[in-house]
Amino acid sequence: MTRLVVGPFNRVEGDLEVHLEIAEGKVTLARVNAPLYRGFERMLEGRDPRDALTITPRICGICSISQSVAAARALGAAMGVAPTPEGARVAALIHAIENAADHVAHFNLFFMPDFTRPGYARRGWHARAVDRFTAIEGSAQREAVAARAALMHVLGQLAGKWPHTLAVQPGGVTRAPGPAEKMRILASLRGFRRYLEKVVFGAPVEDFVALGAESALMRWGKGDAGLFLEIAADLDLAAMGRGAGRYLAFGAYPLATGPAFPAGVWEKTGGPRALDPAGIREDLAYSWMMGAASHPSTGQTLPDEDMRGPAYSWCKAPRLEGQPMEVGAIARQVIAGHPLARDLARQGGVLARVAGRLLELARTQILMERLATDIDTSARFMAAPVAVPDAGSGAGLVEAARGALGHWLTIRKGVIANYQIVAPTTWNFSPRDAAGVPGPLEAALLGAQVWPDEPTPLSVQHIVRSFDPCMVCTVH
Amino acid sequence: MNILWLQASGCGGCTMSLLCAEAPGAFEALEAAGLRFLWHPALSLATGAEVRAILRRIDSGEVALDVLCVEGAIARGPRGSGRFQMLSGVGVSMLDAVRRLAPLAGHVVAVGSCAAFGGMTSAGGNPSDAVGLHYEGAHPGGVLPPEFRGRAGLGVINIAGCPTHPGWVTETLMLLAAGALTAEGLDRLGRPRFYADHLVHHGCPKNEYYEYKASARAPGEIGCMMEHMGCIGTQAVGDCNIRPWNGGGSCTSAGYACINCTAPEFEEPRHPYTETPKVGGIPVGLPSDMPKAWFMALASLSKAATPDRIRKNAIADRIEVPPTLRTPKR
Ligand code: SF4
Ligand code: SF4
Repeated sequence: MTRLVVGPFNRVEGDLEVHLEIAEGKVTLARVNAPLYRGFERMLEGRDPRDALTITPRICGICSISQSVAAARALGAAMGVAPTPEGARVAALIHAIENAADHVAHFNLFFMPDFTRPGYARRGWHARAVDRFTAIEGSAQREAVAARAALMHVLGQLAGKWPHTLAVQPGGVTRAPGPAEKMRILASLRGFRRYLEKVVFGAPVEDFVALGAESALMRWGKGDAGLFLEIAADLDLAAMGRGAGRYLAFGAYPLATGPAFPAGVWEKTGGPRALDPAGIREDLAYSWMMGAASHPSTGQTLPDEDMRGPAYSWCKAPRLEGQPMEVGAIARQVIAGHPLARDLARQGGVLARVAGRLLELARTQILMERLATDIDTSARFMAAPVAVPDAGSGAGLVEAARGALGHWLTIRKGVIANYQIVAPTTWNFSPRDAAGVPGPLEAALLGAQVWPDEPTPLSVQHIVRSFDPCMVCTVH
Repeated sequence: MNILWLQASGCGGCTMSLLCAEAPGAFEALEAAGLRFLWHPALSLATGAEVRAILRRIDSGEVALDVLCVEGAIARGPRGSGRFQMLSGVGVSMLDAVRRLAPLAGHVVAVGSCAAFGGMTSAGGNPSDAVGLHYEGAHPGGVLPPEFRGRAGLGVINIAGCPTHPGWVTETLMLLAAGALTAEGLDRLGRPRFYADHLVHHGCPKNEYYEYKASARAPGEIGCMMEHMGCIGTQAVGDCNIRPWNGGGSCTSAGYACINCTAPEFEEPRHPYTETPKVGGIPVGLPSDMPKAWFMALASLSKAATPDRIRKNAIADRIEVPPTLRTPKR
């Protein structure tokens, strides 16, 4: 048996270290460590509840708006105020833009560059991968960064800037777009569609959304998605890093008519069921955290400054009814019942996660266009002001690009008495729990192939990045 | 020039913001100025052992480091050990890594308010005992002593902002590459003067409301946000309303307060961010360089003189009364 420590692990948001035990060329044990602690939950205690809207987005510069939306929702629940229908629509559009931009960044900047490595030089696709995805220089990287920056113009208009906006409030959004601005938003979205259809998919996004099975997907053959699928077939990414097939989603983009992508749970063995957030516990057995396992509405964040064993991560271990759950685009699309996602979930490996993200990117384009088209510029975008109560509590459950994100807030004496956050990567990259059950990434790494003389095994990199981890959110 | 970029205790948002640079884009701007990354944690291919090798080559002097960019504050906790942020795979704290690398660098650049002053990471009792590179809040001396200078002679260049505007970062780096950034180009807090000599108030679309103290009272109203909504744009440095963010926005143009994110200790305003603290009904924070008596006199005069259009629009969520059209007499 050999041991390997993999880090600094880059092209993930934030800090990550992976400890591996390897026998006969396969990973036999994995421990995932989030080596950064900042203590955001503690910073919030004693402050005006509205300050959560300023502070929590700064947990993460890549899913800043997801944090805004979760905080606004939690605060709104505590205040008894909901956004106006148009306020909710624009908040959903703002949020969808961040998520779409994140998916594009992940695919082009974080995930695909690994296929440019010299270790793959003999593969038929390698030269094309190098041309498109060489870090910083590749043509796909340049195109993605430009398309993303142009898409963000919608956020300049509606949210002032990205990241870190205060535009999303419990009662709606701070800026009422007029009819001409709506035209500009639609023009920006059309520009992004052009990019997706010319570069990423090589065909109308509707065609990609219409795919119903993995077999059809593998014959796609167009755009950078086609290049990825060719690589995926060659390296059998479908079977690499398989998950347990237990998915969770809090529901994305709540509108007057319900969320655009629903909340729920789906298990390979048991199929779909409703989500009961009361079944969530954060286990601390292997976290450098003191206290007992508890529901986030009553949980605490008390770091163990001595970093004592057997704990090995600052990350807590959230469980739903005692089980680790995988979250993210594939989870959302499986729970939404998309046939391609359901088919991919049979294996639930690297291919499923990355293709799930591409599928969602295509669906999100259609969603963003619909949201923008439906904006009623004559309506009110902000509810009448409501005072912050002296006491109250609320939860904000949303979907960040990387999956389910929850904020739980308790107000006492007019200030924040407790604030707990469970981020997507807290689910995916959690350490073991009291029962010794590993977190989803730890489980997915088991059996990963390690070639001799690989200090940073490629398969491990593909698997880790397929989750699109955001470590700054994980521990926050 | 080469750049080593480290992400310390921060949110990564300054890198994300940098990627929003346009005409030229971030990669194109740096490339054209002859700047290249030795390593960037979000963008480079190198990972794990390859990164450790790059760090070793810098350490041994085999590679001369031109620019060290640090994004995020530096955690000193727990108990001065820096173990709240370990450089993964290396077994060294970010605190030790930065202390070792900074003297080797030609220039040290703090990207964002966290790296500059501690920023949001040091808010609320500062759970991780985080500081800036060269400042602890507004006080000189962070993880590096006040007398620290990079090999090229400048103190830490503080591109403060939360996040930084992409143009602030690309232009600072381009100035460094051109050898055109001198101590005179930095303000007393080490911020590049090309943006820190401006105030956020300059060019704010709400300036006319400000002139008459026609104020928004609640989120969504389009009046000036100084009197009630916590805006400190009249004191905050930054050209946020002169150069657009994300193709045309700014905090105040989107209808929320400037919270002075370019300043040390903005994370602890000692009042709710979006509510103006007042004494006797008068906002405590006055515009920069303005005597109080003058402000009071001007404010009461202008309030009395507020045109109906401005008074009504200030508390609406969109322009309800358009400007009066004057037809030339024939
Ligand atoms: S909103 Fe702020 S920046 Fe704009 S005019 Fe008023 S005080 Fe100045
Ligand atoms: S307007 Fe104020 S808060 Fe907004 S980015 Fe500029 S300096 Fe920061």
